[in-house]
Amino acid sequence: MDLIVFFLFAVIAVLAAVGMVALRNPVHSALSLAVVFISLAAMYVLLSAPFIAVAQVMIYAGAILILFVFVIMLLSPGVDQGQGALRGQRGWAALFGAALVIELSVVLGTAALPLSRGEFTPERIAQIGNVQAVGAQLFTTYLLPFEITSMLLLVAIVGVMVMAKRVRV
Amino acid sequence: MLTVNHFIILSAVLFSIGAVGVLVRRNPLVMFMSIELMLNAANLAFVAFSRYLNNLEGQVFVFLILTVAAAEVAVGLAIIVAIFRARARVNVDEVSELRG
Repeated sequence: MDLIVFFLFAVIAVLAAVGMVALRNPVHSALSLAVVFISLAAMYVLLSAPFIAVAQVMIYAGAILILFVFVIMLLSPGVDQGQGALRGQRGWAALFGAALVIELSVVLGTAALPLSRGEFTPERIAQIGNVQAVGAQLFTTYLLPFEITSMLLLVAIVGVMVMAKRVRV
Repeated sequence: MLTVNHFIILSAVLFSIGAVGVLVRRNPLVMFMSIELMLNAANLAFVAFSRYLNNLEGQVFVFLILTVAAAEVAVGLAIIVAIFRARARVNVDEVSELRG
């Protein structure tokens, strides 16, 4: 059952990702990307990480993608035409992409993974709750990175305001 | 039987598609989407290993990556809008004044 769901969403995700790269209209690319994000949310559910799955749908498929579509509509860049600047760029890119797939699959697929397992088995997470468990980690062990993230978001807000302001010449 | 390798190989495939997208496309918006795809592939690997090792730290990391991706997209799209305002066309090959 798990395998069927996995392969269903894996095929959808890979096809949508290829479509995102191949489609000429940026709006179609954005919609394909939404399909990838939602399939990945299904993967997170399979991996018993419902909090990340919901965050994926809300932040990626919600916020980030809306931002993309908003900018596409604002700029209306039209349909891409023509090749890239370099001669044979597509061929080389496809070649190196295929090499990267093979390399990563071989290395990661055959890597000797450590067998020391942590304490958070699916049964234990079901007992205390996924959100509670992640939240406890986030607010105790990883409190400093969490606070730095809030600083990062503040810097991003200020930076976007500065850049979006009309420059007086 | 669903193992961690299934997810890792899916993650590798998605990452490679994203890398090819950055190499092939000349539209900065689509290149940006490809970068998001690569970040997502990394997230999938994080969650897969988190599940495999029965360790929640991977999920905490994914949460942090989500916020970094949001900040990155906001700043990147602001740069693209600024470039578009300056020259009314979006093609990364035309934005090469900073080349040394």
